[in-house]
Amino acid sequence: MKTFYGTPLSNPLMLGTAQYPSPAILEHAFRNSGAGVATVSLRREAGAGQTFWQMVRDLSVLVLPNTAGCHTVKEAVTTAHMAREVFDTKWIKLELIGHTDSLQPDVFQLVEAARILTEDGFEVFPYTTDDLIVGERLLAAGCEVLMPWGAPIGSGRGLNNEYALRAMRAEFPEIPLVIDAGIGLPSHAAHAMELGYDAVLLNTAVARSGDPVAMAKAMKLAIEAGRLAYQADPIEARDMAEASTPVIGKAFLS
Amino acid sequence: MKIVLNGEMREVQAGTLADLLQECGFSGRVATAVNEGFVPSSLRKARKIKDGDRIEVVAPMQGG
Repeated sequence: MKTFYGTPLSNPLMLGTAQYPSPAILEHAFRNSGAGVATVSLRREAGAGQTFWQMVRDLSVLVLPNTAGCHTVKEAVTTAHMAREVFDTKWIKLELIGHTDSLQPDVFQLVEAARILTEDGFEVFPYTTDDLIVGERLLAAGCEVLMPWGAPIGSGRGLNNEYALRAMRAEFPEIPLVIDAGIGLPSHAAHAMELGYDAVLLNTAVARSGDPVAMAKAMKLAIEAGRLAYQADPIEARDMAEASTPVIGKAFLS
Repeated sequence: MKIVLNGEMREVQAGTLADLLQECGFSGRVATAVNEGFVPSSLRKARKIKDGDRIEVVAPMQGG
């Protein structure tokens, strides 16, 4: 099993903590999902921060702070430093948003920020596209994990470009790859794992579903199924039928 | 002295960032920036606040 900067994940689900109907549902959903990692953010302190932090600590999962909403290298780097101090971790989910509607990463700034943060001792989880060259540049900048999008954040469209994601898996066989964003259904998460991805990061699909606690469990099972399927070496799809029942020995009845 | 704290204009007495946090009632886990630059907690006592400074105080929050 690949590790994330030396840390193995027993359950390859990274689950977001935003948008749940209540803190109690968030907590229950997390426990049902078995997620190994919780993503969190930093926002202006208005009183709720400390209670939230205590709840996250009680989940006993690894914490992955993000730089959500950052549009410039400077902003993202400063946010990462603040996150390292508050959450006491070198891990940072580096988001550099380039487009307002698609929330597509600005990959040019992403590579630059990844280089700066790696030099500062951070362990960077870059939210990126499925572009192979960008992936190479991120690795050259010091990243040891890549997190390509499946589809735009919160869109629930699943894996928009399976071809590109397959190519990425083939191009970086030794690098831990995480599908980050776009997952809407357990089948999408299973799909990612069937392609050989090492983990799935999602939030909206669970938090905004009608029953986040049940959906969290569904995601857990799907991810487990997808991983097992990948390890079991699935058959190739084919165009024509191929009988599964032997023809030899069939009774002559016509 | 007037400063901008988390986007809002405030009149404060504090001379340092550490005093400012106390004066404005912040406690627990927060991170700070002055004029868009990160100020580690170890430097808050030494960091002087001056008129017009823009100060950000952030805390853990839900995120995806």
